[in-house]
Amino acid sequence: MRNPRRTEKIAFFFLLLATLLIVVPVGLIVVIIIQKGLPAINWQFLSDMPRQGMRAGGIFPAIVGTIYLVAGAIIFALPIGLLAAIYLSEYSRENMLTRLIKLAIVNLAGVPSVVYGLFGLALFVVFFKFGASILSGSLTLGIMILPIIITASREALESVPSSFREVSLSLGASKWQTIRHIVLPNAIPGILTGTILGLGRAAGETAPILFTVAAFYLPQLPHSIFDQAMALPYHLYVISTQVPNVDEKIRYGTAFVLLALVLVMNLIAIVIRTRFRKKKKW
Amino acid sequence: MAKIAARKLNLWYGDFHALKDVNASFEPKKITAIIGPSGCGKSTLLRVFNRMNDLIEGVRMDGEVLIDGANILDPCADLVALRKKVGMVFQRPNPFPLSIYENIIFGERIHGAGVTRDELDGIVEKSLKDVLLWDELKDRLQAPALSLSLEQKQRLCIARLIAVRPDVLLMDEPCSTLDPQATARIEELMRELKNNYTIIIVTHNMQQAARISDDAGFMLLGELIEFGKTDQLFTAPQDQRTEDYITGRYG
Repeated sequence: MRNPRRTEKIAFFFLLLATLLIVVPVGLIVVIIIQKGLPAINWQFLSDMPRQGMRAGGIFPAIVGTIYLVAGAIIFALPIGLLAAIYLSEYSRENMLTRLIKLAIVNLAGVPSVVYGLFGLALFVVFFKFGASILSGSLTLGIMILPIIITASREALESVPSSFREVSLSLGASKWQTIRHIVLPNAIPGILTGTILGLGRAAGETAPILFTVAAFYLPQLPHSIFDQAMALPYHLYVISTQVPNVDEKIRYGTAFVLLALVLVMNLIAIVIRTRFRKKKKW
Repeated sequence: MAKIAARKLNLWYGDFHALKDVNASFEPKKITAIIGPSGCGKSTLLRVFNRMNDLIEGVRMDGEVLIDGANILDPCADLVALRKKVGMVFQRPNPFPLSIYENIIFGERIHGAGVTRDELDGIVEKSLKDVLLWDELKDRLQAPALSLSLEQKQRLCIARLIAVRPDVLLMDEPCSTLDPQATARIEELMRELKNNYTIIIVTHNMQQAARISDDAGFMLLGELIEFGKTDQLFTAPQDQRTEDYITGRYG
């Protein structure tokens, strides 16, 4: 005879098991990277140029390169993404054009990152003649994270109650004043969260920078945005597959730094979000 | 002369004919109540006077609405100036998630240029005094407005509106979320405000309309059935439908 309580227990067990299975790979990745990478981390590793064909020394130029690329991507993507989000959420009306724009954003989010790389190569490197440079790489990464920023910003703007807009307009504020004084301040935490998640994504991607900026081995810091630069994800790829006899410690050390960078960004996003949730009362 | 006059006002939401040939005049420094069952168009009529219906897609209006003699339905009408002059109190108290102080000076932040801190303080004090909140709140002006009680929030919203120095106050069921004592106190406040402002109130509550208004109108299915002195409308209605409504036969 069937015992419903036992059936339920078995079902719960499998549900729990499936959920735990999600945690396992995340935990393992973090543990292995920390275990193998942490011993490599010291001040010299973080602040020194790579030496002996990247078999010794540090990863300083790759860290700097990644920071430049991420900063460049955000300088490009945040204003455009935010303005687009404001237009879509506050100004546009539902019609063919806005449907087309929304469809484009969804599809932009689904494009494989290597395709962005190729696109960046064709448009920025070759057509605009920026060459393989921080500028080209930043623009390519910027386009890649644009949909993340637009989507997060739109959600943040749309979560501001419409009654706030109504009151503001009824007090004689113009539409722009309403957006500027009421809607944006209340949406900023959500916009920031989305932006930081975009940053994390930009920091970790290899394919978009492969053809547009990344230098195989460049033991100096870039001098301008038209220089090539090293970057952490590509550096990791290079020392893992292209250079023989690299100490495992260096590889895992590089992976550790990259992972730490991305996790810290995500952590900041989570902190902002929780703080905001606590404060929000409407 | 009437402060606000509607002449053959019609309004459509898409195909829906929401206001039908409305004619009415609203006297300065009086309270005019508009009553009627849900969906009769009374809130829509109220929102014509500050053109808040414009926010809804597919709204179309014709006819004339004169405020101080100027037709506000004119396509060239300055909506910002109109809404400064004709303010609105909403059904749900809706202060911004800012401090009490910042809520009141919102209008000044938007409209005023180069106002000194002292002037702002003065505006806050006067506005709060006008809504009889000053004594309660003067020591915690920087507290978040969302921490106030419902009644205080609604008073604060009125203070925020008064700070913009409007002529006309539109009130869209301002007491519907309040308990009877709070309602009585807000009504008392409205009688005070009547000395300085032209007030139009939409209400579900017939007794409220009878208590506070000088003039009253009864709406049904988009038509203004009857409009006149409150006493007369409630004691000797001219139209059978008005009588049926106020005697509780429907609605």
